[in-house]
Amino acid sequence: MLKEMTLGQYYPVDSFLHGLDPRTKLASTMLYIISLFLANDFRGYLLAFLFLILCVKASNVPAKYILKGMKPILFLMMLTVVLNLFLTGGEPVLFRWYFIRITAPGARLAVFMALRLIFLITGSSLMTYTTTPTALTDGMEKGLGFLRVFRVPVHEIAMMMSIALRFIPILAEEADKIQKAQMARGANFEEGGVIARAKAMVPILVPLFISAFRRATDLAMAMEARCYHGGEGRTKMFPLKYHRCDYIAYAFVFLYMAIIIVLCFVK
Amino acid sequence: MPIEMKQVNFLYQAGTPMEVHVLTDVNLKIEKGEFIGIIGHTGSGKSTLIQHLNGLLRASSGQVLMDGEDIFADGYDRRKLRGRVGLVFQYPEHQLFETDVLTDVCFGPKNQGFSKEEAEKKARAALDMVGLPESFYQRSPFELSGGQKRRVAIAGVLAMEPDYLILDEPTAGLDPGGRDEILGVLKDLHKKQGIAVILVSHSMEDVAQTVERIIVVQNGHIAYDAPPREVFRHYKELESYGLSAPQVTYIAHALREKGIPVDPDVTTVEEAKQSILHALSGKGGSVC
Repeated sequence: MLKEMTLGQYYPVDSFLHGLDPRTKLASTMLYIISLFLANDFRGYLLAFLFLILCVKASNVPAKYILKGMKPILFLMMLTVVLNLFLTGGEPVLFRWYFIRITAPGARLAVFMALRLIFLITGSSLMTYTTTPTALTDGMEKGLGFLRVFRVPVHEIAMMMSIALRFIPILAEEADKIQKAQMARGANFEEGGVIARAKAMVPILVPLFISAFRRATDLAMAMEARCYHGGEGRTKMFPLKYHRCDYIAYAFVFLYMAIIIVLCFVK
Repeated sequence: MPIEMKQVNFLYQAGTPMEVHVLTDVNLKIEKGEFIGIIGHTGSGKSTLIQHLNGLLRASSGQVLMDGEDIFADGYDRRKLRGRVGLVFQYPEHQLFETDVLTDVCFGPKNQGFSKEEAEKKARAALDMVGLPESFYQRSPFELSGGQKRRVAIAGVLAMEPDYLILDEPTAGLDPGGRDEILGVLKDLHKKQGIAVILVSHSMEDVAQTVERIIVVQNGHIAYDAPPREVFRHYKELESYGLSAPQVTYIAHALREKGIPVDPDVTTVEEAKQSILHALSGKGGSVC
C-alpha cells in the first residue's frame, strides 16, 4: 500500500540532475517555487513550463513515472480548481445557471492555480526523485550551516531528519509485514464502515509502535557505542563540493529567474 | 486436497527500474499431511513463494490451485483460505498486540466469525498444542521470553485450525533450547494432529532431522524437490548455493575418502553412528 506511492521517492538512474550537488538542487528548487509565485501571465507560465520540461529531460526520470506520482494530489487539485472557478467574483460573467456563475477572472485564476500546483509539485518532487534523502539532508546541513551563528542546532536537525527519512521505508516495510501477518490470521482491512476500519488498524498500529520504539532504542545504543556526540568536530566521508556542472546549473537557473522577473514587471 | 502451484512467476515492483524477478516458473504440489522443508539462501525467494500459498501475494503469472480451484479467481474467498493455510511469519512475536495471551490467540478464530466462547475454546486448544499451560493465559504477551512469545504467535495461527501450517524461519533468533522446543511442537502437530507442516529455513540441521521432503529454492527456481537423503547427495551443488548439508553428511563422505565404507546418505547423527559402527565391524575391527 505504502510502497506504491511514487511521489517523492528517489529514482535511481544516472543523469545530469542526479550528478548535481544537493545544495544546487535545493537552491534551484527554492528559486523555482518563488518564480511560480512571481509569474502572473501566460508568458511566465509558459516559460516555467518550458524550464520544467528541460529539467525533466535532464533528469532521465520517465514522464509516465512522474505523472503516476501526481495521482495522490489529484483530489486537492480538483478542489482548488472548483473553488476558484465558482467562488471568484468580478466581471464579465461567462456563464450563469441559477446560483452558479463563472466569471472571466475566476476561470483565469482556476487555470493559473492548477498550473501553479502542478509545476510546484513536479518541480519539488523532481528534486527528491534525483537526490537521495541522505544527500538532501547533507545539502541542508551545509547549505544552512550559517544559521549556527544564531545558535540553531543545524547538525542535530539534519541528523534527526536523515534518521526520520531513513526510517520511513523501514517502517513502511514493517507495516506491510505486520499487515500481512494479521491478514494471515484472518484480519479484514477492506470491508466495513469507517469505525470498523479504524478498529481494524489497532492490530497493525500496536506492533508497529512497539517495533518503532525498539528500533529507536537500538539505534540510540548503536550511536552511543560509536561515540556519537553531535556535530562538533565531525568530518564527512564524502564532503560536498561544487563542480563545473553545478555552476552551469546555477547559471541556467539565474538566467531563468531574471527572465521571469523581467516578464513580471514588463507588461 | 492438495495445494498446487503451476508455472508461477512473481515480479517485484514491476514496471520500475527496481523490478526484480523473484519467482520463475515455479511448479509445486503439496499434499495434505506432508512434512516439508523449504530451504534457500537469504533472498532466494522462499518467503515470496510461501506467501503465494495463502494468497497474500498475487502471482504475476501462473496459477495457485487449492483443491483444484484457482485462489486468485474473482469471488474466491481468500480469507477462508487463510484459515485453512495458516502462515506464521518470521519473528511472529512482532505481530502480538493484545493485552493478554488468550485474547491475542482468539484474534484468528474471531476473525473467522466464531463467537467469543468458541474462539476461546479453540484458543485454549491451540495454546495446549504449543505447550503453554493455563498460568500463561492472563499474562501480557510482552513480558514472556522469546521462545514463549513465539509459541503464543504460533498458537495464534493454530487456533484457526488450519490443514496446512507454513512457518517462515520459526527457529530464527532462538537459543538451542527454544529451537528444540519449537521443532518438538511442530513434530507433534504433524504426528498427532495430522497437519501438513511446511518449514522454511536456511538451517539444514533443523530440516534434516524433521522433514520428509526438501524443496531447495535457488534464485527463484526450484532446484531440488526430493526426500532429504537424495537432496543431500548434491551437497557440492548446495554449497555453491550458499547452503550446506548436515555435518554428518560431510563426515560420512570424508570417511569414505579414507576408505571406510559408510553409507554416504546418512542425514542424522543416529543414522551416522549406526552406519559407522556397521562399517567398522565389517572391517573386522582393523581400524583403531
